Amino acid sequence: MSLELRGITKSFGALVANDNIDLKVEAGEIHAILGENGAGKSTLMNIVYGLVAPDKGEILVDDRVQKINEPSDALAAGIGMVHQHFMLIPVFTVAENIVLGHEKSGRLGSLNLEIAKIEIKRISDEFKFDVDPDAIVETLPVGVQQRVEIIRALIYDARVLILDEPTAVLTPQETDGLLEIMRKLKAKGTSIIFITHKLREVKAVADRISIIRRGKVVGTASPTATQDELASLMVGRPVELNPDKSPHPMGEVILTITNLQIEDSTGRALVKNVNFEVKAGEVLAIAGVQGNGQSELARAMINLEPHIKGSITLDKQEVVGKSVRESLHRGIAFVPESRELDGLIASLSIAENLILDLHDLTPYAHGIQISPSVVASEAEKKAIEFDIRLQSVQDPVSSLSGGNKQKVVLARELSRPVHLLVASQPTRGLDVGSIEFVHERILAERDAGRAVLLFSTELDEVFALADRIAVMYRGEIIKIVPATVSAQELGLLMAGVVNA
Amino acid sequence: MRKLKLGSLRALILPALSFAMAMFAGALLIAFSDSAALKKISHPLEFLKIAGASVGNSYLALFQGSVYNPNLATPQNHFIAFYPLSETLVAAAPLILAGLSVALAFRAGLFNIGAQGQFIVGSIPAAYIGFHFHLPIFLHIILAIVAGVIAASIWGGAVGLLKARTGAHEVIVTIMLNYVALYFLMWILSTTPFLRPGRKDPIAPEVLDSARLPHLFGANFRITISIFISLAVAAFVWWLLSRSTWGFRFRAVGANSAAAQTAGISVPFVMTAAMAISGALAGLGGAVHVLGSDYSLTSGTAGNFGFDAITVALLGRAQPLGTVFASILFGALRAGGGTMQANTNTPIDIILVIQALVVLFIAAPTLVRAIFRLKEIKSSGDLVSKGWNG
Repeated sequence: MSLELRGITKSFGALVANDNIDLKVEAGEIHAILGENGAGKSTLMNIVYGLVAPDKGEILVDDRVQKINEPSDALAAGIGMVHQHFMLIPVFTVAENIVLGHEKSGRLGSLNLEIAKIEIKRISDEFKFDVDPDAIVETLPVGVQQRVEIIRALIYDARVLILDEPTAVLTPQETDGLLEIMRKLKAKGTSIIFITHKLREVKAVADRISIIRRGKVVGTASPTATQDELASLMVGRPVELNPDKSPHPMGEVILTITNLQIEDSTGRALVKNVNFEVKAGEVLAIAGVQGNGQSELARAMINLEPHIKGSITLDKQEVVGKSVRESLHRGIAFVPESRELDGLIASLSIAENLILDLHDLTPYAHGIQISPSVVASEAEKKAIEFDIRLQSVQDPVSSLSGGNKQKVVLARELSRPVHLLVASQPTRGLDVGSIEFVHERILAERDAGRAVLLFSTELDEVFALADRIAVMYRGEIIKIVPATVSAQELGLLMAGVVNA
Repeated sequence: MRKLKLGSLRALILPALSFAMAMFAGALLIAFSDSAALKKISHPLEFLKIAGASVGNSYLALFQGSVYNPNLATPQNHFIAFYPLSETLVAAAPLILAGLSVALAFRAGLFNIGAQGQFIVGSIPAAYIGFHFHLPIFLHIILAIVAGVIAASIWGGAVGLLKARTGAHEVIVTIMLNYVALYFLMWILSTTPFLRPGRKDPIAPEVLDSARLPHLFGANFRITISIFISLAVAAFVWWLLSRSTWGFRFRAVGANSAAAQTAGISVPFVMTAAMAISGALAGLGGAVHVLGSDYSLTSGTAGNFGFDAITVALLGRAQPLGTVFASILFGALRAGGGTMQANTNTPIDIILVIQALVVLFIAAPTLVRAIFRLKEIKSSGDLVSKGWNG
């Protein structure tokens, strides 16, 4: 089934999210839509799926104009969508989730789950999804939950499947699995619209690539284009994907971790036997598949974990047992894994978010009185220094794009005297331009003689930044290797294979 | 600055519309409960006329009971026609303080249902010092107030400490502590020091003159400096929340405690401090009420102040200025309701219906939006739900 968009235009107030977009997806092709955050990709797909009404333009399915006013129209036309944030009910089983909203309609007929289960098994077997219809969704790994979403689309006869940033939440292995599934679906004749900003994946799987920038289609490319070419099209200027990492003399040991063990409230060890050092001017990357104790280890650096045994010393002084505030003021900059949950306070202003840690110190406060004018003027300086694109520093931080939000976190954390930078998944969900900025900034800190502890599940990021790589598996550092290690060997280490 | 003003104006739309709709619903209720009008229900025009008159008279009486009543004026004293306004402010003053208590806790992410208990705990020591000791006038007032504030502050702070240390939910704890405070009050009223000489019923001796808050306009008006205390405290709470390091921490923890903690703010300290200040505000309300208008402690001293406080804080969007306006509005409804009941056949319960509907509409912004076809108004409902999830 082919899908064609003609002259799709949509504005929100003064912002033109989609500007006269023409796009054609041929039957049985994987068509990647590449663009930075805020380029208008999601708006376009929400229009196709009937979640947003366009101001102008039409949608053609198999060369016939199709009116799509709501998602049920899209489904009826054979268009399915897997959202970036899954639309599943965690406590329901897979089968229950899949029949949800269609209990009486379609070819499933009544509320009889048996038919649905048979269908789920058939699709699951056909594409080797390995999904149990009776499993409770919340017990499944993220990658499997995503397959449930895909099954849901397929079971209602979707012949055009929209995948909105599907790899943003996946581990490298799960990502490879998804790419494989996409190829199989394509082989069976399903057209796929693949929305992403990850160049490697686009090159791996797409037949054609449309690049969207500021609401317009700025070009199409074939997967043979280089990553640099694609990135430059996306951002609209030449982009340096692999930042200059000049060899740099290392200094003294800044961070020493000895026999560190982190337990949860029941006494189960989440991290154990961790020993390593980070020197001034060095980036040590902790690589690993999500959920192997990296989050806890990162949080332990500033005493956010309540049950820590062992020793963490910064400049030869013990940190374990200190308050979070004291840890930060000792010279640790902390970029948390989730900037939305732990990094920023959405409803507070950008200026206020920039002083969460320093709000009671000069020059921001005298005694207990905060000086709003100083807070604002300092925020404006930071906005320039860190290239935070904003209208007013008094706007809520939630009004910023992901990349600018992360710049706010970085600006705040680097505004104290820093000896050690702990950055956890610092570019997760960011667009190419912002990734470039964050990477340059991290390397700048390294070159200025700080120790950097980087936690990342992205192999590209690890290779771009690290001087040494420590691989974490099931709560332990199983090996520390130089950054010259091959991607293949690193992948095996992340899967827990030490001597391959 | 201009942008800021527009923003705060827009923030007024929802409460104003909610109030208007509640008044409209109240009017319908008055119309359809008027027996004279109901007899003519088969003649729509007659019905409308009688019902319209009934509603008009009721709301006129409401106004006359709360703002200005020309019938009270005498040739010697025109000013007395404003007696109802004085009554409105007498009722509003303690409510402002209790409302600020709830609003401040809201902003720190805590749903303080315990203003009622804190109000009671504040009124007991204030009354005791007021009737038991003989002291110079201003010192007496200050001591009585400070005692009430400290007691209520400890009472409230304990809730924050419990939540910080053990995770006990403040909603449950404050609800329970309301009962504890009420039964403690009833018990202490039966003890010898609190029994009025010659009386056996639970009523404490009257507060001495030296501990009574000074009247503003002589003995003809009940209004005292309590309204200025309330306004000054409202200004202080505004400063605390928007200009002080403490308020910054309160707001940070209230909006996202995980991020606040990650940035080094001590969440347990904030919870305890916010609840202690919240308790102090409600306790001040209790002290001001017993020293400014009630004069003697009874089991009904707190009336409904602590619960109306939740409503006014919600109506005022947990902002100090908004809470002040909402409290004055509720004070007016309270003061005017009596007059309305006396002068017309409309029962005072209509006031309760109107108050309840205001909250209902505020908590359901989508409904108001749909009725008035507004594109975007900000919700206050998030305040309510947040309190429960916290």
